[in-house]
Amino acid sequence: MITIFGIPLQAFLGQLLLGLVNGSFYAILSLGLAVIFGLLNVINFAHGALYMLGAFLAWMGLNYLGLNYWVMLIVAPILVGLFGILIEKFLLKHLYKLDHLYGLLLTFGITLLIEGLFRSFYGASGQPYSSPEALRGATNLGFMMLPNYRAWVVVASLTVCLITWFVIERTRLGALLRAGTENPRLVEAFGVNVPLMITLTYGFGVALAGFAGVLAAPIIQVSPLMGSNLIIVVFAVVVIGGMGSILGAIVTGLGLGVIEGLTKVFWPEASSTVVFIIMAIVLLIRPAGLFGKEK
Amino acid sequence: MNRQNLGYLLALILLALIPLTGIYPVFVMKIMCYALFACAFNLLLGFTGLLSFGHAAFLGSAAYASGHAIKLWGFPTEVGLAFGVLVAGILGLAMGAIAIRRSGIYFAMITLALSQMVYFFFLQANFTGGEDGLQGVPRGTLFGLIDLKSDFNLYYVVMGIFVLGFFIIWRTVHSPFGQVLKAIRENEARAISLGYDVDRFKLLAFVLSAMLAGLAGSTKMLIFVSATLTDATWQMSGLVILMTLIGGLGTLIGPVIGAFIVVLLENKVGELGATLTGWTGIEWFQRLGESVSIVIGLIFVICVLAFRRGIVGEFGAWLERRKALKQN
Repeated sequence: MITIFGIPLQAFLGQLLLGLVNGSFYAILSLGLAVIFGLLNVINFAHGALYMLGAFLAWMGLNYLGLNYWVMLIVAPILVGLFGILIEKFLLKHLYKLDHLYGLLLTFGITLLIEGLFRSFYGASGQPYSSPEALRGATNLGFMMLPNYRAWVVVASLTVCLITWFVIERTRLGALLRAGTENPRLVEAFGVNVPLMITLTYGFGVALAGFAGVLAAPIIQVSPLMGSNLIIVVFAVVVIGGMGSILGAIVTGLGLGVIEGLTKVFWPEASSTVVFIIMAIVLLIRPAGLFGKEK
Repeated sequence: MNRQNLGYLLALILLALIPLTGIYPVFVMKIMCYALFACAFNLLLGFTGLLSFGHAAFLGSAAYASGHAIKLWGFPTEVGLAFGVLVAGILGLAMGAIAIRRSGIYFAMITLALSQMVYFFFLQANFTGGEDGLQGVPRGTLFGLIDLKSDFNLYYVVMGIFVLGFFIIWRTVHSPFGQVLKAIRENEARAISLGYDVDRFKLLAFVLSAMLAGLAGSTKMLIFVSATLTDATWQMSGLVILMTLIGGLGTLIGPVIGAFIVVLLENKVGELGATLTGWTGIEWFQRLGESVSIVIGLIFVICVLAFRRGIVGEFGAWLERRKALKQN
């Protein structure tokens, strides 16, 4: 049997893939956080809860309405996005003139509310959700068995991340968005409806979280607390990457997922803390983050 | 004697009389612990303008440290408490040194992430007892004189600790050091241009706040003779923010009132749910007791949107308005 540093190759590659899967979730969530922060100056704590909402919508769609995975992969993010628009329109909008910390506190409250509601209905334990039939099983690559669904998660989330990057960095719409990030009042003077743009941006950002939630549903048990444990790690990812660059958020997310996966192989006890340790080191060496600009 | 001091004296007498009235002393001791915790937190957010989202780390680590020292190393109770405070202080120094490298929203995220790291450490470490926590810590005696096994005796010790902690905070806020902290809160750039080493002041405030939060944690451990993971969760960090917010940011007495309300709420939400089920016949309200976070979250949202000054802040504003009306 082939081994790497005394670890069987199979186990090594398996953890690497798991790291990539986690990394894709980090990437897609931190991307959403970065897009929202850019325009709204709000750190969306509710991102984790909305990711959980996406997963639960997929589960509810299947169990109550008989809608399959593929339908919910489209419908759930749209519903989460619409819910986000309501949050922005009725709650967040009133806080823009205040210290940014209030946005964080408000979305923290929303998180507790959403999680508490789901826990009162479904308890704290997880609900199983099986992966779609077309993606069950594994492909033999010769050197390892590649579970089809995990490969799909990595491909799907990276595709969505890259499309988002393309739209923001290479299209006219994206140019307006970036201009709005720099100077919203000037953009408004050019006749752009900035408040609408802000609302839609928030909706889009949280829709990304909902999308990640649906992708995650077959891998981890769908449970009310699945989001908040993840979001804190994503915060660390965001601090490490800095929020200046879209591509930076994607790369940092993936990279940290892989590092976490490898830590699981070599030093399992440290796997849950390695991202935080890296964050501390990065802060000591480069406080603005790997891709961030000091403002 | 001015009005404010008279108020404090009255509150102190009332507090000392509580065990004689038949009110369950453990309940009031719990409130005093959370109140001290919230006051310590408020020293950072209310007076220095730093939002720490990781204060549970200090509460939890001090509880574990003093519990471990008393139970397994056989430390006398007062030394065990001091050890907990010391551990929280060292942890505060480490966390603070990293976190103050960024400000504002990043500061909050960094403290949250670091405290989650501490939480995972406690989850895995051997000495914490994992999910079960550290149970059955002997209360012992204070200075070998006062037997703490009786809740009555413990009550006055806890009250002494609370009053001492509150006095330290009061003294800090009204000292030249406290004035510099307020200057940093109001305008950091100007404080720097006036020649203050802002980072050192922030770090000092952070460590002080961590130690006081640790004192609250150690004391809480002594009351419940156990240290559990709950004390170190991010939910606990959120709860202390809420206590401060409800009571009134940047007021001395606000966090105490906030802690009172939150503890009362946590204890009574279950009963409230049962009552609501009785009135409306909707079964769901029964489960409110298990998911207190719905109520906590709702209050959070309302406070942030419409009640940012908190109870004490709103009361102060009302007094001001009344005074202005009288003068006209």
